[in-house]
Amino acid sequence: MSVINVTKADFQKEVTESDKIVLLDFWAPWCGPCRMLGPIVESIAEEYPDVKVCKVNVDEEGELAQQFGVMSIPAVFVLEKGEIINQSVGVKPKQQLLEMLGL
Amino acid sequence: MDRSYDVIVIGGGPAGYTAALYTARSGYRTLVIEKIAPGGQMTQTTQIDNYPGFPDGVDGITLGMQMQAGAARFGVETEYSEVKRVNLTGAVKEIETTGGTFKARAVVVATGATHRHLGVEGEEALVGRGVGYCAACDAMFYRGKTVAVVGGGNTAAAAALVLSRIARQVHLIHRRDSLRATRVYHQSLEQAENITFHWNATVQQLLAEQKLTGVVLENVQTGQRQTLSVDGLFVSIGQSPATALFEGQLELDGQGYIVADETTKTNIDGVYAVGDVRTKQVRQVITAAADGAAAAHQIESYLM
Repeated sequence: MSVINVTKADFQKEVTESDKIVLLDFWAPWCGPCRMLGPIVESIAEEYPDVKVCKVNVDEEGELAQQFGVMSIPAVFVLEKGEIINQSVGVKPKQQLLEMLGL
Repeated sequence: MDRSYDVIVIGGGPAGYTAALYTARSGYRTLVIEKIAPGGQMTQTTQIDNYPGFPDGVDGITLGMQMQAGAARFGVETEYSEVKRVNLTGAVKEIETTGGTFKARAVVVATGATHRHLGVEGEEALVGRGVGYCAACDAMFYRGKTVAVVGGGNTAAAAALVLSRIARQVHLIHRRDSLRATRVYHQSLEQAENITFHWNATVQQLLAEQKLTGVVLENVQTGQRQTLSVDGLFVSIGQSPATALFEGQLELDGQGYIVADETTKTNIDGVYAVGDVRTKQVRQVITAAADGAAAAHQIESYLM
């Protein structure tokens, strides 16, 4: 499955109401570490069909970033049935993200 | 999933992806195993001006991702996992990772090196905001400013000299009372009018407001403290190669680098060392890439 760019408008449908576990990646194009994390979350999206990987561009979606209390990026949240079950800040190895997803 | 390859490259920096690009283009099934993200030490550098072909320079993360993309075009796969154990001695080499075990007939070690850190509080957070490890890379950002260099070896001496030509004032801080650097540096350093030596001194504290503003030094003999206002601090206290995984299998030199000459061949057949992890004189992006090409050349005759 490919990575989905979510906005405030489709957040409810794509993330909150998702049947699958969601990996939500807050990023910005000017943020180097965010770009490093990009290929890692993409590889998770490709290899794990049971995970829905969503990205939020904080420059465009400031309100969503604020809602999640994001102060530093990249920030990653794992959500199940709309509830945050794990979160982390900074570039993390893929294995650590998989553990956050319970995989 | 078939986990057997012709070539496995450990480490996704410029050396690793160049080796992979060459072997994949020659038709060998190639996997790069990368712990975090492509680019290696380049990801710590915001502006690379000494890799040719980029008239405006390029940031290290972009260059790393482009090297990966260029290799992927010829079928190079990337596994984002950390290597836990290797068995390199047999004809088929085994690489155990957090993502499973992979096998290959040839292995390229491109694990690189990391700059040794001072170990002073706040250092990590100030990297790229005043604290740096490569004067050759970042000196240009300090034109007309005041900087400090920590260290007493050749790298520190070279850093102080480069900076003395660009910065207004350079403080050279060393924990001993003389430099370990080779003699050729001594005269130039003394002749440079804007270098101030701080002997028997260590950095105890970093002062910062968003970015570095100064350092607190302590004299190791008297315990006396002194504050220097600086815009930049270059830490040149050596590098540590990432070779712990290979101890007991690959021959390492006294500092832990893998012993290999320009051919990149190690003491084990079918195992090659490329980039900063190899014993060599110059550690730059382009010399790392050059090693990758040299290794691929050897691998082609080895796998034939």
